[in-house]
Amino acid sequence: MAMTLATRKRLVTALLVGPSAAWLSIFLVLPFIAILVFSVGERAPEGGYQAAFTFAQFMNLPARATAFWNTMLLAPVGAILCLLVAYPTAYYLAIRAPTRFRMLLVSLVVVPFWTSLLVRTYAWIFILGARGLPNLLALIGLPDVRLLNTPGAVLLGIVYGYLPLMIMPIYVSLEKLDRRLLEASADLGASPVRSFFNITLPLSLPGVATGVALVTILLLGEYLIPQLLGGGKVFFIGNALVDLFLQSRNWPYGSAIAVTLVSVVVLIITLAMRLAWRFAGTRQVDLV
Amino acid sequence: MSKSYKDNLPISVSALTDEFMRLKRGSVTRRHFLGVTGLGLAASVMSRGLPGAFNAEAFAGDLGTQMSLATWPNYHDPATFENFTKATGVAVEVNVFGSNEEMLAKLQAGGTGWDLFVPTNYTISTYSKLKLIDPLDMSKLPAFSSASESQRFTHEGTVDGVTYALPKNWGTTGMSINTSKVKTPISSWKQYFEVAMTEADGRAMVHDYQLTTIGSALVSLGYSFNSIKSEELAKAEELLIKLKPHLYGINSDYQPAMRSTDAWMTMCWTNDGAQLARDMPEIIYVLGKDGGEIWTDFYAIPKSAANKPAAYALLNYLMTPENAVKEHIANGAPTTDSRVLALLPVDITGNKIVYPDEAALTPLEFGAAVTLTDPNRAELMARFKAA
Repeated sequence: MAMTLATRKRLVTALLVGPSAAWLSIFLVLPFIAILVFSVGERAPEGGYQAAFTFAQFMNLPARATAFWNTMLLAPVGAILCLLVAYPTAYYLAIRAPTRFRMLLVSLVVVPFWTSLLVRTYAWIFILGARGLPNLLALIGLPDVRLLNTPGAVLLGIVYGYLPLMIMPIYVSLEKLDRRLLEASADLGASPVRSFFNITLPLSLPGVATGVALVTILLLGEYLIPQLLGGGKVFFIGNALVDLFLQSRNWPYGSAIAVTLVSVVVLIITLAMRLAWRFAGTRQVDLV
Repeated sequence: MSKSYKDNLPISVSALTDEFMRLKRGSVTRRHFLGVTGLGLAASVMSRGLPGAFNAEAFAGDLGTQMSLATWPNYHDPATFENFTKATGVAVEVNVFGSNEEMLAKLQAGGTGWDLFVPTNYTISTYSKLKLIDPLDMSKLPAFSSASESQRFTHEGTVDGVTYALPKNWGTTGMSINTSKVKTPISSWKQYFEVAMTEADGRAMVHDYQLTTIGSALVSLGYSFNSIKSEELAKAEELLIKLKPHLYGINSDYQPAMRSTDAWMTMCWTNDGAQLARDMPEIIYVLGKDGGEIWTDFYAIPKSAANKPAAYALLNYLMTPENAVKEHIANGAPTTDSRVLALLPVDITGNKIVYPDEAALTPLEFGAAVTLTDPNRAELMARFKAA
């Protein structure tokens, strides 16, 4: 053999990791370096970027404090609302649903993903718009109710849009649940409620943690739903970024905000992983 | 037992989902999944079918077969491009934008692929200064007639004696008001902002565009639409931040909200005002007595255009009065070319929304180049939106 086992192993590893490493370095690391460089630059007179070395952009971050605050508030609130709707659904699908319908029901959760989120969010504009639900409310004596372009509409859109991402990991962790544990618990005299809180819930926490982390992280960069259902009034940091690059063309300031956002997200993921590990004990937890 | 009819179908929904979940769990290979579901076959048929779809216009010679236009929503007669394609073999891809700032941002970033685009009067000097657009070779545009154009609207297409852009149409920025909902008569921007915070609380819209939103706020306070004075901008910011909780939305795509009556009044451009009033007579279009904006949209060719011959061909086609008149009937904005005006039907030239009396235009101002690029106005708008 010309090749030792160790070299072969290394070659196989390189072949396996190579494509994704190349992809990530070209489309993730390089743009991030560009954004880091931009973030210490200056806005050119007609907009865009010109080279400089200044932290002025970072000093100016408080000017977007409201957008940061909205995001930091609505992302976890949205994720927790998602969780409250998703857990019973996932529980029903994994534990209660008749086996022959289970796959059909799970596919119903996934099917909306076959249509773009943009199209589905647009549909909500028509449902919440004056000719939709408010029109029906007017029939029962509640005229001129406004639903669209409110924080409530944005939360509704968030729960609707991200629900499948919360249901699936919880479903997967509940599906793996060993039913014999529940039988044993019942045999030992535990009530179904006690079995749920002592066995089912703790064993599904990895799924819950994955779902909450996944939805929260995606929500931190959310742009579309507040734009369409919040009417430009409910402002997320994602919307601030779009404005800075496409409207005011202040690339350095936009980059500084992006760098800050990425740092905050990394921090949150790290904390969430720690928490999840503590909950899950020694079991492996996959986030994202 | 007889066979179920389902056995003859390619694959059932539940079986597909089942296979999909097996694939996701890693218990079957991708090849197995594609084979058993028929998706692999479907994909290969599709990929074979598609290239043929682009072969039809292969005869187009030096104009190529494709070009790209960047323009505004509801701004053209789709038949114009179909006819152009029939005449030349060049298919026109249309990209729609929401603001001049967005167009400028895309051109500054590069790689747009646009061959022709539709900038507004106050942007052209900036584009030429940044060398983002080409001077026009007038010998390739014989259909354009400088003599029949109204200089008042078209002079900004020329920078230092060099023509960079040809006019598409002019227009105004006014207010559209649903009179079945808002009873207070409104004839000025001052009244607009007052009513937006009282009778039309939660039902008024402003553009997601600093030039018009800040400009109209400035006008309502008695300042110039184009002001970049910091103390005047501070007053405008104060007004806008006070207004924000009362607004229905900050959006330049206001037609859907006005049509559904979610919004009762909005800042509005001529062509949208004409379209709304045509379909819903209770919606009127008003120009501010205290001021506001008058504008001209132009056609220009980016320096980075990939297919300049086709860009010139389409521009010349659009400058031909017989073609331009159809455009003006479709989009409802007024023409700058007296040859086109002569061809337009009387119900359009007599429409006071499209062709207002001269007296109504007197208080209006053209936007200035610095109004678009001023960093303080840009940041003010961003603060207003983020507030």
